[in-house]
Amino acid sequence: MTVETTLGPSGTEEEHTPELLGPWALMWRKFRRHRVAYVSLWITGLIYFMALFGDFLAPEKVDETNRRGIFVPPQGIHFLVTDEDGSRSFQLHAKALKMQVDRATMRRSYVQDPDKIIPLGFFVEGYSYEILGLIPSKTHFFGPKNPRDIVYFLGSDRLGRDILSRIIIGTKISMSIGLVGIVVSLVIGVSLGGLSGYYGGWVDTLIQRLVEFLRSIPTIPLWMGLAAAIPLGWPPLYTYFVVTIIVSMIGWTSLAREVRGKFLSLRNEDFITAARLDGLTDWEVIRKHMVPSFSSHIIASLTLAVPLMILAETSLSFLGIGLQPPIVSWGTLLKEAQNIRSIIEAPWLLIAPGTMIVIAVLALNFLGDGLRDAADPHAH
Amino acid sequence: MSSRHLAVFLWYHPWRATSAMFGFLYRRLLYMIPTVFLISVVTFVIIQLPPGDYLDTLAAELSDSGGLDEGTMQALRDQYGLGQPMYVQYLKWMSQILFHGNFGISFEKNIPVNDIIWDKLGWTFAISLMTLLFIWMTALPIGIYSAVRKYSAGDYIATFFGFIGLAVPNFLLALVMMYVAFKYFGQSVGGLVSPQYLGEPWTFDKFLDLLAHIWMPIVVVGTSGAAALIRIMRANLLDELYRPYVVTARAKGMSEFQLLLKYPVRVALNPFVSTIGWILPTLVSGEIIVAVVMNLPTTGPLLLRALLVQDMYLAGSLILLVSILTVIGTLVSDLLLAWIDPRIRYQ
Repeated sequence: MTVETTLGPSGTEEEHTPELLGPWALMWRKFRRHRVAYVSLWITGLIYFMALFGDFLAPEKVDETNRRGIFVPPQGIHFLVTDEDGSRSFQLHAKALKMQVDRATMRRSYVQDPDKIIPLGFFVEGYSYEILGLIPSKTHFFGPKNPRDIVYFLGSDRLGRDILSRIIIGTKISMSIGLVGIVVSLVIGVSLGGLSGYYGGWVDTLIQRLVEFLRSIPTIPLWMGLAAAIPLGWPPLYTYFVVTIIVSMIGWTSLAREVRGKFLSLRNEDFITAARLDGLTDWEVIRKHMVPSFSSHIIASLTLAVPLMILAETSLSFLGIGLQPPIVSWGTLLKEAQNIRSIIEAPWLLIAPGTMIVIAVLALNFLGDGLRDAADPHAH
Repeated sequence: MSSRHLAVFLWYHPWRATSAMFGFLYRRLLYMIPTVFLISVVTFVIIQLPPGDYLDTLAAELSDSGGLDEGTMQALRDQYGLGQPMYVQYLKWMSQILFHGNFGISFEKNIPVNDIIWDKLGWTFAISLMTLLFIWMTALPIGIYSAVRKYSAGDYIATFFGFIGLAVPNFLLALVMMYVAFKYFGQSVGGLVSPQYLGEPWTFDKFLDLLAHIWMPIVVVGTSGAAALIRIMRANLLDELYRPYVVTARAKGMSEFQLLLKYPVRVALNPFVSTIGWILPTLVSGEIIVAVVMNLPTTGPLLLRALLVQDMYLAGSLILLVSILTVIGTLVSDLLLAWIDPRIRYQ
């Protein structure tokens, strides 16, 4: 149809030939009018960009510990430098810090070193990595110009690791769990919901009972039980996939219900009967005529399920029974802020990853809301 | 009287409502059986998941302190059917629970599971139910307000907080509130009572102290549910507010407040009440996580600890009971709903 032409940013052609717009183009048009949802699309896009190019954006290596930078509070970025002769010039920089230890209370504190600044810049040299795992590179988007300097823009944790870099790298795991989980629940939800709605009868009853069962029990204790059974010695990748599958158990029940409802209402439509009388097999009817007529709804409800999965992963990892610490995700980052003592000492451990989660979840929620409204032809 | 006449007679007979109610109750109880059975199977699987069986762990635990003699080992082996096929083990486990009320032994603490779980479960459900009340008490007036004063400043504030409530995970909200309470109000955080009341008998002062603490978990657990309900209430009421019957009532000169509560709010309440089905499982889930963060004496910390040390009979019993009690709670709420709204019992 017209997907390729209308998804482009210009949209001038549409104005002249409105009668040629396909359903996707109409949906896109309606979606763009929804301001909050449109902005959320960009934010979501940025977050996934962050997930893809994490190493490029992160100023420090994610597991680089630093004994001289434990619990450093967030360092600000300054713009103007005063030379010896008093003239001011523009130079992005951060103030260097000196650690002081109060011997009586054994507390660390950091004071700014007035004589020393750390110049900052864009596209600076840092640790080596591979872009998308393919192209080796040392260039980083933003950071100290001298690779040996460290600046903690969002503070550091108990091992002196940079929180900003950890949040950026953690994006990959946290956001992809939502996506992989969605694929799993899409497969389960659409096939079970489809079976249920298309065939009806005892298949329908059985599947509906299963859905009701899963919705009637509190999920967290159940997931805790399943996630706790993951052996600690497992490779991170295994753990990741098992957690994803556990987490994706939320999404599919509501999706299955929705698909079932759509199948039930479409089953008796004239165009479906016509297709069947034309001699199409069940599978062909479903694939060619039914799925296209409700795929936009599915996309919308999938988008709304992603934030639920992100929250579920975060909760499990936070409790220490989902992903385990060598893996960096927003949940494992928040695990560092688990008790009130560490939050009092270093509130940025809670605030920085917490804000990131809230932004991601809000953006995905607004995006899903906008998509749902756009997909509904009866919405006003 | 022909059968057709009889049917018509029965249809109009006053005890039809009661019998429909019993029919509904009967159907719902029948549906509960497979649900409870599935819960028990899943719990059994969870108990079996960690490598090695219960007795291996028990023997390893107790070998330092002299160990168990062969007779005791054999007795326990028979009791749980260890070494026999899975379904035998399942049946033995179930029959112990059903006929003897025996949930097994917590081998970490080496006492019967029965002795430690019940008051924790009680607290979990007490907090969940109070949260439900809190949600209704806040979501109802706020929802009505934001529908009636659509696009007012108050509506935008409610919508904004609604979205924040949906987007902030429970445990994060708990951490933030604990931080604020500690930093700016100097309140002791964690637990349900102040440290000096721990283990004391219940007095009026202790009760007041409990009230001073318990609001925090209630607010934390309830926020996301309240946020969702405000949105539902607002949308439902907006659908009703501009209907002809409202205009008619207004034309008759009814006061605006009376009119609102008497007609559109009552209609809008129906889907509101029916959310009870999913809200209880969500609240119990939320309570368990928040309890871990706030260190409440409820199921959460006990379950987490049991899972981390693989004290599987304790963990399994907790999962089983929390799930079954939630299902029963949902059933009770469904019955209440059917009692209030006749349309449901005739479905």
